[in-house]
Amino acid sequence: MNWIYDPWPWYIGGPMIALILFLLLMVGKNFGMSSNLRTFCTLCGAGNASSFFKFDWKAHRWNLIVVIGAVIGGYIGAHLLSNNEVVAIHPDTITDLKNMGFESAGSSYLPTELFDNAIFTNPKTLLLLSIGGLLVGFGARYAGGCTSGHAISGLSNLQRPSLIAVIGFFIGGLIMIHLLFPLVFTL
Amino acid sequence: MKTFTYLCIGILFGITMYKSEAASWFRIYEMFSFDSFHMYGIIGSALGIGITITYLIKRFNISSFYGEKIQIPSKEKGWKRYLIGGIIFGLGWALTGACPGPMFTLIGAGFTPILVVIIAAVLGTFLYGLLKDKLPH
Repeated sequence: MNWIYDPWPWYIGGPMIALILFLLLMVGKNFGMSSNLRTFCTLCGAGNASSFFKFDWKAHRWNLIVVIGAVIGGYIGAHLLSNNEVVAIHPDTITDLKNMGFESAGSSYLPTELFDNAIFTNPKTLLLLSIGGLLVGFGARYAGGCTSGHAISGLSNLQRPSLIAVIGFFIGGLIMIHLLFPLVFTL
Repeated sequence: MKTFTYLCIGILFGITMYKSEAASWFRIYEMFSFDSFHMYGIIGSALGIGITITYLIKRFNISSFYGEKIQIPSKEKGWKRYLIGGIIFGLGWALTGACPGPMFTLIGAGFTPILVVIIAAVLGTFLYGLLKDKLPH
């Protein structure tokens, strides 16, 4: 039974994502996680600041339930189906990351340099996580979707706008990792 | 009953994100470094099956479990918002290693600092709502 604690290979993970897309379509919904961030804004009263947030959030209640499920699923995945999971990334990636000061590369699930509770007293890391989050939220809504809405649902429906968005995701990701990381993390 | 169904789909999604390591910052970094096939395999196989499913649903007019017609909306035409918004999203995705689904999975997995990313992402969405009419789309 030890296999149950092992990480899933790509050929399990990918088809499972397709199954989730299928199930959502079959219950009459569409796969798109970032629209929840907009619903959160509306729930916080953002409708007073911009008409963009004036919509019937109850029509999106189902997606908030999916999010609650995603939190529970994270708990189950990490605490019931895993044994202190270490992500076995490529040795070259580990070397690169160690050179930038990520000592936890190859020995944890997330880098402790960014996601350990100790970061709450580290202004630089707090700033980096905040900037990253802002970019994710702003960019996802500007592009009209994120990885689930464009890279999975949109491309599955052969939408050209989604292809443009996914190309954008990659341009942004490559700039961040190859041009900005060496500046940000070696200083 | 419907609420329970959505919850179960969400749980399945959360487990998948965690166990496939798509929720790991390291896997996102590795993907953008082109060092491993893992993330490409996940997205590629999900897409291959997704295209087939979407095609079959449209081709055979398959109805939902509740007997309703399945609506798959087309994206609005244009390119500016997709390219510029996409690049901004990509910068944030690579920095935080988390997209808007997995970030919730990581709360459940017990990584409290991800809350900083989530709050900032909600603020980023709010900022877009304020600036929307001034941006090229």
